[in-house]
Amino acid sequence: MSNHLKDITLKIWRQSGPNDGGHFETYKVDEISDEASFLEMLDYLNERLINEGNEAIVFDHDCREGICGTCSLMINGQAHGPERATATCQLHMRKFQSGDSITIEPWRAKAFPIVKDLMVDRSAFDRIIESGGFITAPTGGAPDANLIPIPKPVADAAMDSAECIGCGACVAACPNGAANLFTSAKIAHLNLLPQGQAERYKRVEAMVETMDEYFGSCTNHGECEAACPKEISIDVIALANSDYRKAKIKNRKQLARN
Amino acid sequence: MSVELNSKAPAGPLSDKWQNYKADVKLVNPNNKRKFKVIVVGTGLAGASAAATLAELGYQVDAFTFHDSPRRAHSIAAQGGINAAKNYQGDGDSVHRLFYDTIKGGDFRARESNVHRLAEVSVNIIDQMVAQGVPFAREYGGLLDNRSFGGAQVSRTFYARGQTGQQLLLGAYQQLARQIGLGGVRLFNRTELVDVVTIEGRAAGIVVRDLMTGEITSHSAHAVVLATGGYGNVFFLSTNAMACNVTAAWRAHRKGAYFANPCYTQIHPTCIPQSDEFQSKLTLMSESLRNDGRVWVPKNPDETRPVDQIPEEDRDYYLERLYPSYGNLAPRDISSRAAKRAVDRGQGVGPLKNGVYLDFSDAINRLGKNVVEERYGNLFEMYERIAGENPYDVPMRMYPASHYTMGGLWVDYELMTTIPGLYAAGEANFSDHGANRLGASALMQGLADGYFVLPYTIGNYLAPMLNKPVPGTDHPEFKAAESAARERFTGYLNVKGTRSPDWFHREVGKIIWDYCGMERTQQGLEKALSELPALYDEFKKDLRVTGDGESLNQTLEKAGRVDDFFQLGMLMCRDALDRNESCGGHFRAEYQTDEGEALRDDDKFCHVAAWEWTGDPMSAKRNVEELNYETVHLATRSYK
Repeated sequence: MSNHLKDITLKIWRQSGPNDGGHFETYKVDEISDEASFLEMLDYLNERLINEGNEAIVFDHDCREGICGTCSLMINGQAHGPERATATCQLHMRKFQSGDSITIEPWRAKAFPIVKDLMVDRSAFDRIIESGGFITAPTGGAPDANLIPIPKPVADAAMDSAECIGCGACVAACPNGAANLFTSAKIAHLNLLPQGQAERYKRVEAMVETMDEYFGSCTNHGECEAACPKEISIDVIALANSDYRKAKIKNRKQLARN
Repeated sequence: MSVELNSKAPAGPLSDKWQNYKADVKLVNPNNKRKFKVIVVGTGLAGASAAATLAELGYQVDAFTFHDSPRRAHSIAAQGGINAAKNYQGDGDSVHRLFYDTIKGGDFRARESNVHRLAEVSVNIIDQMVAQGVPFAREYGGLLDNRSFGGAQVSRTFYARGQTGQQLLLGAYQQLARQIGLGGVRLFNRTELVDVVTIEGRAAGIVVRDLMTGEITSHSAHAVVLATGGYGNVFFLSTNAMACNVTAAWRAHRKGAYFANPCYTQIHPTCIPQSDEFQSKLTLMSESLRNDGRVWVPKNPDETRPVDQIPEEDRDYYLERLYPSYGNLAPRDISSRAAKRAVDRGQGVGPLKNGVYLDFSDAINRLGKNVVEERYGNLFEMYERIAGENPYDVPMRMYPASHYTMGGLWVDYELMTTIPGLYAAGEANFSDHGANRLGASALMQGLADGYFVLPYTIGNYLAPMLNKPVPGTDHPEFKAAESAARERFTGYLNVKGTRSPDWFHREVGKIIWDYCGMERTQQGLEKALSELPALYDEFKKDLRVTGDGESLNQTLEKAGRVDDFFQLGMLMCRDALDRNESCGGHFRAEYQTDEGEALRDDDKFCHVAAWEWTGDPMSAKRNVEELNYETVHLATRSYK
């Protein structure tokens, strides 16, 4: 049977809009079931705030199954909270104790401006994908799917990288606000596959350079990997760096030929 | 009197219809495509694939999503897989068999021509997605792997671990992103449709609300596509994402699009049971688990021994017992009702006795833990995170939950609604799944509609409109819709009552779940139809929305969606009450066989019920489209 946690103190970042200074506000939750998810606790608090005539706390969330990547939150300074490989929506109150004080902040990164309260704007991620995070394969002309056999280890490695949910925890956890894990995960997914070879070097150049317009630089802290709810390995960053270097050389050769 | 609806299914034998259609369809010259503008609302599988493909063809496309990014759409949460009649396993699959399985799974309530086309293009989807780099599971030799899925006797399901929906959505999203980068698609994110506008009977555009600023604006086009998903959240607790709603489809319905078969809702058999009163949503565990998991409950309702000490002879593997040839893979509606009956008999398991076991101990003994982990590892982890129990040691607990809605906007063969120029794709339409959807068919349908159907059929509508300008958004119809929308949202803020939108959502959901859920009766539906209007009146008088309408306000967004759920809920109950038969996901307790299976009435109800808005859902008008089966012989479904 479920147990109940008592006397939870929440310090939550409130900010009425992008240009407001913002501040912490303290809320008490007297009692909550340990079966409740972290976001259900916020739902419960919001319903109370509405009943009291106050504005609900804004936070991003949607599938609540850890796959859409919409939810965020720095919980006690950790992106997605204390449980490893777990997005905020899958974090449950059984990971906390009665009497706990929990600080909840939005993602902290210059490239993710705050929209309101705990919600940030992550559209810089979309700009990176738009610049090259795809394989050009217009609808209609694809050959039979089994025409190109792909060794299982290659397909598995591509899948490991493709699992990224685009939540932004890697950026929020990085002291530099770098997006190398996000960007490299997509580069690795597509550059490992035979279908991705035609655009391999063009892709890595475009994506890395778009990333550099918005985000900080990677200095190998490894915080991103620790924060990633899908446990994507920083090995993908090495792969992307290697391809980026090769791309620069290849493209120079290309220039010389022209 | 009801109007007979014309499906516009092309002439010729079933297997030639789509070829014939494509051979005759009107084309738009490549250089003229840029003169046409198309609006696509929703950027899930159907919306993203349609927007990307239309832009590749050269149309100007404006795409709208209420999410921050198209990659968030709920298609992403589909776990198990996608069907295609590739017959890569050489186990006897074919286009005809996939077509037949889909018709039969839908309990003979889907349109033959649409379903056959779906089966035909299913093979192109796999080719397309592989070309885009979707990392489907593979054999050691490098070829694609398949598995079998609920309701099928062949292995035709392609999958990417337990995240097939994610990989397919990201594939479609990347193709859309490419078009956004190239300027072929303009994306409006965090923008929600609040009305559909028609001018002289044709779709002319939409009115949207910018969720960041509350600003209400109009957008016009030559054609509008709604790919806005299903309405499962009408039940409040469902496996849908929190923001899923019926608003776009409902607003189109209010402007003249018929709403078909709203009572066809699917209850998914394998979801984690509700654990407490705070629960905001239910989590689905992929049906693929039933390939290796065995479903059982203790024979004795008063069983008190721990699960591992209940001997075989005291366990009731009820699916294997009742349906020997399909066993644990019996279709979703049948498995769900069987679970409900077990729980209703008091044989439920877990602290609240509200679930059944899904047991992997045999599979672990037979295949080894490694193989089970390879197949289901991420699902097992997900279960442990939510339920706090390790399924390698203790059986999972499962219970059915609302998951998918087969009903939706009525569309013809071209996916056009009853409003010319307004299309509905993916879960938002009613077309392919009849009264029940088979597993791994939703991804197939969303992508079929977006990639391989709409790009042809929209051209057929646009071609004769060459050089006709896009309607101006200063037209009085747009202005009227804008002011109505402003009034509506200001109205929610001005009620200043005492209850939150969530409170009302929970209450309306409870009524619908109790009386229009897994099992329906005339008495229950009549009760729901007397309670819903009363609660809706209370909503209008006692709603409380805090905050304002000029900045981001999630409470206000929710109020608009709950308003539409109320109206849809009434229509659902009316549809369920008028359909005096049981079929697929619609189970009326009065109409069942001696063995407790759904009892159809093909003489009276072999038709689509398409509801017409008359100003109030309680007085909506029921129109019908007769379903004429030319190829399939109507049979009683048997999964024994």
